[in-house]
Amino acid sequence: MLRYLGRRLVLMIPTLLGVAIITFFMLRVVPGDIVEVKLRGDGGSVTADVIAAERARLGLDQPLLVQFADWMVGLVTFDFGISMWTGRPVVEEIGLRLELSFQVAVMATVVAVLIAIPLGTLSALFRNTWIDYVVRIFTIAGLAVPSFWLGMLVILALLALFNWLPPITYTPLYVDPIANLSQLIWPALAVGYRYAAVVARMVRSSLLEVMREDYIRTARAKGVFERLVVMRHAMGNALLPAITVIGLEFAFLIGGLVVTEQVFNLNGIGRLFVQAVSRNDFMLIQTLVMLLAVVFITVNLIVDLLYAALDPRIRYK
Amino acid sequence: MSAIAMSPTPVAAAEPRRALLAVEDLSVQFVTSRGVVRAVERLSYTVAPGEILAVVGESGCGKSVSSLAIMRLLPKQTARIPSGRILFDGRDLLALSDEEMRSLRGRDIAMIFQEPMTSLNPVLSIGEQIMEPLIIHLAMTPAAARSRAVELLGLVGITDPERRLDQYPHQFSGGMRQRVMIAIGLACNPKLIIADEPTTALDVTIQAQILELMKDLCRRLDIALIVITHNLGIVARYADRVQVMYAGEAVEQGVSEQVFQTPRHPYTEGLLRSIPRLDRPRDGRLATIEGLPPNLLAPPDGCRFAPRCPYAEAACQSPQTLAEVRPGHLTRCGRAAEIARRGINGWSLAGEAAAEVASTAPLVLEVEGLTKHFEVGGGLLRGATAVVKAVDGVSFSLREGETLGLVGESGCGKSTVGRLLLKLETPTAGRIRFEGRDLAGLGDRELRDVRRRIQVIFQDPFASLNPRMTVGQIITEPLMVYRLVASKRAAADRVAELLGQVGLYGYMAERYPHELSGGQRQRVGIARALAMEPRFIVCDEPVSALDVSIQGQIINLLEELKLRLGLTYLFIAHDLAVVRHISDRVAVMYLGRMMEVAARDALYAEPLHPYTQALLDAAPVPDPVAEKARAPRTLGGELPSPLNPPSGCVFHTRCVAATEACRRVVPSLEEKRPGHWVACINVA
Repeated sequence: MLRYLGRRLVLMIPTLLGVAIITFFMLRVVPGDIVEVKLRGDGGSVTADVIAAERARLGLDQPLLVQFADWMVGLVTFDFGISMWTGRPVVEEIGLRLELSFQVAVMATVVAVLIAIPLGTLSALFRNTWIDYVVRIFTIAGLAVPSFWLGMLVILALLALFNWLPPITYTPLYVDPIANLSQLIWPALAVGYRYAAVVARMVRSSLLEVMREDYIRTARAKGVFERLVVMRHAMGNALLPAITVIGLEFAFLIGGLVVTEQVFNLNGIGRLFVQAVSRNDFMLIQTLVMLLAVVFITVNLIVDLLYAALDPRIRYK
Repeated sequence: MSAIAMSPTPVAAAEPRRALLAVEDLSVQFVTSRGVVRAVERLSYTVAPGEILAVVGESGCGKSVSSLAIMRLLPKQTARIPSGRILFDGRDLLALSDEEMRSLRGRDIAMIFQEPMTSLNPVLSIGEQIMEPLIIHLAMTPAAARSRAVELLGLVGITDPERRLDQYPHQFSGGMRQRVMIAIGLACNPKLIIADEPTTALDVTIQAQILELMKDLCRRLDIALIVITHNLGIVARYADRVQVMYAGEAVEQGVSEQVFQTPRHPYTEGLLRSIPRLDRPRDGRLATIEGLPPNLLAPPDGCRFAPRCPYAEAACQSPQTLAEVRPGHLTRCGRAAEIARRGINGWSLAGEAAAEVASTAPLVLEVEGLTKHFEVGGGLLRGATAVVKAVDGVSFSLREGETLGLVGESGCGKSTVGRLLLKLETPTAGRIRFEGRDLAGLGDRELRDVRRRIQVIFQDPFASLNPRMTVGQIITEPLMVYRLVASKRAAADRVAELLGQVGLYGYMAERYPHELSGGQRQRVGIARALAMEPRFIVCDEPVSALDVSIQGQIINLLEELKLRLGLTYLFIAHDLAVVRHISDRVAVMYLGRMMEVAARDALYAEPLHPYTQALLDAAPVPDPVAEKARAPRTLGGELPSPLNPPSGCVFHTRCVAATEACRRVVPSLEEKRPGHWVACINVA
């Protein structure tokens, strides 16, 4: 088990290296850099000297391989450099937002799991009855409605009913839990709805499949209570595919909530990412991509370990 | 109430005991989008404690459905029971509430299912699964349940039960899982066990072990046992009484000796005649029941077997009742008495027996030292961790017009040999010469030609036909690929000709595989192989997925085609009787090695290798008198892991005649009698 874990961690290195190479060179293949964005934005006449000086200051005049080597050395020593736009350390820029994005992702996952597993189960057990139809309409709507639009409706409703607007600043959980939760629960719900719909549909279909298995018939033939047949014999098997979906969705939420963050006025990773890209802030973009790659790989590893814990047929050596 | 339900139901003559289970006038229907399927109609039977009742019939005859009805495990949405009672210990099971029924299941009535591989929950340990009914029904504490579970595993012959309780189903072989299923069934000391095809998925030696175990337990613990099966040999060896079902109805009931020796229903008679038998001289052809069972959406009003019955007459168009022909023997045939008295025989046995293959006939195939090793384990950056010797130094040859039967239990490498001959796998070592040319040295063009001349017929006629292609397209494709026909028009003519050859109608070229029955699909598979004008065909278990009556039709067809087209077959199968019927010579494999090769009659009359003897011993024959007379000597143990085969003779771990030397010496295949090759150092 530990050896397996160790091997998986070692295998992260080539994957991350691949991500680093592709990101680094793709950014530089595209014409334009941060200096142009920064200085041309002023509209005035900028001399070539000024541009060259700025490029030199940011290290962009160095040969590509030197730049890459610098970045690599930084990565392995956990020195992620400074943002080319704000001049603040990248770690600081990301750290501020990661906490918020992570919290929203966790809350949305909790919301989704709490909604999806009971709904998916009911829908499968009462297949083709009104319960199933209601759940299916609910989940189809969840897939069809964009999260940000749902978020806008939520804000409108909150404004109309309670005269409440999302606060402009973020209060961390450890400073004021009530204020923090009352701020983040709404985006978590808005995002969690779609998330729940995806998971509920997966739970429904895999439970339907499992309920047709021979071992379910065996359990019934043993005189097991129907409730136990579902909870013990069916769910253990049916939740496996749902875990994969939950893992992928979670990893996506860390960096993927661009518009929803905008709607709820949240300063998260998604927003930072968009800003970084529009400003050609290479250092920030590179580090963000690496961060998300690490998140995806880690979540996948956790999913694989969960599989091993839940399914004795999968035991890693 | 009908005459069926009123008729006295027999109990084995010696012990008139009160019935434990009485099924009376039971009908089961399924409501589908295409109409109502009348799956079981007016079925009545009884079982007494300590008695073994066999329910026999082909797929779709209602034997499993009726047993699921007893358990009340039919799908609630579609199944309905319009009539009947199921009396168990005096209570009508159909009148119980769901909760009352649940408390009976697993406690008083246990059921063992066909597929041991899928019938256990993969994520729960064996212990949890055995302890579950004990905790639910008998309110045992986990500790008490655990010690009972240990006891149960010992009872069903699983060694080291303490440790095995904590293992999971995937760590058990098929035979072991079926033992676990039996342990679960026995957990609460049930009064009735229903075993639905309990050994169909298992090898013949394991089948004998499991059935002996069940029979012994049933006698010792006074359990009533219902065995549902299509295997008449099992019925003869184990059952006290038999119930034969056809198209949802019971057609014959009685004590098994009576039913087997003097069957009074034409269907039973046909079934007994259409199976190849180890205990009878080999006939040239098998009698067959022509046609297919009726569609249960709209079964015939009269006798349901009449359309396929050689004795059918006008009176058979009216409904038949199950009537007693002698005490305890019932049959649903109006002409039963007449048939018995006159002894008429409506079964045609036309056709010539295959001539002996001359020893001067040219050699079609020579295989020398054929070896295939599969590397397993390992992964990225690491070599293989183990080697499975699937085929290890196998040699044989085939003359023109000959059929070589290749038998052995699953995992013995017989299918791998077939795949190697087809060049679907590359041998690790050894030589295959086809028509004198080494397959390994062929160029692309020559290989194409050889590929055409070596064809294959697969086991599963459904999985091996593309569901999105019509029968015509399936057969035309190879014709086009190999340019065996000049035009589309010629292709269509050729397809019609081929379909005719395999006993199908030309219009069936328009059909899709799912519109055909299992037997018809296998005929399409044969037509596809014949399309290439092959010289040699590898038949890989071609009849084992088919029902008994259909199996006979396909075997006859294969024999007829061989004679007519001068084909040579390698016939891979696990059924010893089928192999005996169709083969000229027989080769026996065990764990990748050839154990014995001999002419058919010599091998079956005087098997020299202990493994062949054990195989023949384990195979039950459909004759209750003979079966009950012989003392069963079942082969113990299981096939060792091919990852770690035993030293010396691979069979020594299970061999009754093994000596110290067998552990060390690897026996070579030697000619111990003229034409009779055996790999055993103890055979003189």
